[in-house]
Amino acid sequence: MNNILKTLHEFRKYPSAIVGSVIILALISIAIYTTIKIPYPEAIRLWRGGQDVWYQNPVNAEPIWFNIFRKEKLPESFALQSDESNKIVTQNTEGFNVIEITYPFDYSFDSFPQELTLFFKADYDEKQPYVSATLLTPDEREIRIADFAVAASQTYIFSQDSRLERRLGGLVPREGLFLNPDSDSPKPVQGQYTLKLKILTFEKDSDVNAEFVLYGNVAGWAGTDHMRRDLSVALLWGTPVALSFGLLAALGTTVTTMIIAAVAVWYGGWVDNLIQRITEVNLVLPFLPILIMIGTFYSRSILTILGATIILSVFGGAIITYRAVFLQVKESPYIEAAQAYGAKNGRIVLLYLIPRIIPLLIPQMVTLIPSYVFLEASLAVLGLGDPVLPTWGKVITDAISKGALYQGHYYWILQPAFLLMLTGLAFAMLGFVLDRIFNPRLRGV
Amino acid sequence: MAETTFQPDSLAVERRKHGTTTFARVARYTLARVITLFLTTVVGVYLTILIANMGGYVDQIQRATIREDVNQIVRTDVSFKALSQVERDSRINEMIRLREERVGLDQPFMVRSVRFLTNAMTLNLGWAQNMASDSGSRQVRNIMLERLPPTLFLFATSNILLFFFSVLIALSLSRRYGNFWDRVLVGLAPTGSAPGWFYGIFLILIFAAVFRVLPYGGMVAAPPPPNPFDYFLSLLQHLALPVLAITLSTIFLNAYNWRTFFLIYSSEDYVEMAKAKGLSQRMLERRYILRPTLPTIISTFALTLITLWTGAPILEGVFNWPGLGQTLLRAIGQYETSVIVGSTVIFAYMLAITVFMLDFIYAIVDPRVKVGGGIKHK
Repeated sequence: MNNILKTLHEFRKYPSAIVGSVIILALISIAIYTTIKIPYPEAIRLWRGGQDVWYQNPVNAEPIWFNIFRKEKLPESFALQSDESNKIVTQNTEGFNVIEITYPFDYSFDSFPQELTLFFKADYDEKQPYVSATLLTPDEREIRIADFAVAASQTYIFSQDSRLERRLGGLVPREGLFLNPDSDSPKPVQGQYTLKLKILTFEKDSDVNAEFVLYGNVAGWAGTDHMRRDLSVALLWGTPVALSFGLLAALGTTVTTMIIAAVAVWYGGWVDNLIQRITEVNLVLPFLPILIMIGTFYSRSILTILGATIILSVFGGAIITYRAVFLQVKESPYIEAAQAYGAKNGRIVLLYLIPRIIPLLIPQMVTLIPSYVFLEASLAVLGLGDPVLPTWGKVITDAISKGALYQGHYYWILQPAFLLMLTGLAFAMLGFVLDRIFNPRLRGV
Repeated sequence: MAETTFQPDSLAVERRKHGTTTFARVARYTLARVITLFLTTVVGVYLTILIANMGGYVDQIQRATIREDVNQIVRTDVSFKALSQVERDSRINEMIRLREERVGLDQPFMVRSVRFLTNAMTLNLGWAQNMASDSGSRQVRNIMLERLPPTLFLFATSNILLFFFSVLIALSLSRRYGNFWDRVLVGLAPTGSAPGWFYGIFLILIFAAVFRVLPYGGMVAAPPPPNPFDYFLSLLQHLALPVLAITLSTIFLNAYNWRTFFLIYSSEDYVEMAKAKGLSQRMLERRYILRPTLPTIISTFALTLITLWTGAPILEGVFNWPGLGQTLLRAIGQYETSVIVGSTVIFAYMLAITVFMLDFIYAIVDPRVKVGGGIKHK
């Protein structure tokens, strides 16, 4: 207890350790929050979901908060449903429904949206309902958009309508609809727009519902990728994956290495020799290519990779360090005393040798965590990430392979990279300080 | 440590007296290391094959090669054309069975694995299914050996730079212990936890995407400049970012560790003694600090190098560097098993050679190394 207090007291002298611990605690809380808020099956459903899950999102949109730092605000995405508040159903003289849907929206951005789309769901037996769409601009122009019959499930994409394009004087509708005709520079008119749908039905119980989606250039707090997926899912879920992979691999490796080193030193002779030879062989075993082999030939599941990582790193360079320390400890008088009172080998190894090395072990373990966190990302970059889990590494891979750097989608790479960096640095800073506290030989320097 | 370095001058005198001893010592040591490392590599490659063949992939590589050969024969043989489909198939299968028997695919795995081992050690891994070397060969060995020089070039350049810059920074900061730059280095040391490709992404972003001063990747401009001088310039331009990425990922941690070594060693009694004698700073650093720490530095550098080799495939992938690592990446993408196994073997060779070269330098700089003594790791 006293020791712990002393360590804590010591700890306070190093601001970097405090910063590191705060970051680690924050990451852990994010991880816990994520696993509760988006349970595993839900995360996988979202991440593997295609158009049906993410149809409301634009492609490669930047995070919303980017607008704070921008002078020219980029349009935000939104989706408007038709419900009781904006849908008026009247009956005409023939007893059929006439549906009027209005979507008022505020457009106060400095550039044009990516796309505008209407998703129709219509109920009818034989005769298709007929839609007329018009847009009221803030400067009180009324633009006729299109008149067409809708099928049971239909999507109307504004910019793909060539007739509308011709009516707008050859301008792409996503720009032409918003363009300020009086201005020289291509600027949108800002203010309150209203999209009006007038739908005529030709059957008794026929009904139409429509969703209007404006695809802007910013969406969500993390932006979206090439498949319209909200990156926040991957950024959030990457946290528990990275933390647990890093922690488990570091813990598994250091503890096993320590036990093996202790056994080697205590039993000596051929056991020690064998372990040293294995360490030498392990040194020339190419770690990543073997992991790649395992990943391509057997399984990409994160658990398999974790197990293989631990097995391959157990006989790493650390065994040499631990061995040196154990050799010193082995000669201590208290070990001799334990032998004299008849302690068994197992007892000496587990209860007398190993506890002595824990001060050396803890900092080393903490410093190892970042390298495993990065290893997980590296494997994802190689295309060997877990096949279902959304992780930071996978986002980076997608971004690199889809040319995010060439096309200027920097947010796509920078956000996961920043999180990786933050995690790595936090553990590394903490580990460095722990090393100084536990191994006072280095404290002076 | 103390008794060997306490009187460095007398050691030097002794060495001069017996001019051959250093040579004989290093030669004996080198030979012993070559043999042990070779055996180690054999065991390493054997393990690689065992891992690869747990799912029967090495067998598949051989079977595919045999089937390809037989199909080739059948296509050119006129006598097969006269046979009916069923008969032809049974003849083909019979031929494949005989050939498989001849190369011993029916033997127990333990027997086969020895043959795989010799094949793998000589990189005799048959033909690739979908990949080809730039010269058009589909032999796995050619595909890989062709890509070896770019990888060696990149890693040799960056490692030499890394080593000398780290030593320089570490030495100069150990002299100015506690000043502003020293504290900057201590603060930057944790950045060593990120691998090279990670910094590579940022470097590409800054220098290629935003400032557009350096290329995104590749080894020379396309098309390659005809004039050798321009070619060299273009090579240097393309080399800059990957070398910088490798250097950034390790230099701070290396310099930090080595500075700590230097600090520990510069408080030794014999250094104080030399200072008291009035030796110059240069002399002091070269003879009394660098000399005794060099072996330790080299053995820590060996571990750094091994980590760097490990990261090669991804770094080359990010920078589109046409080396071995990129070939491995392509092989993963096309599920080219023979190339994947072959690359693993080549990387094992690379690691063994790296370890050997460092051992060799170690033997030269550390007079205490004797055959049978092995490396004393600090």
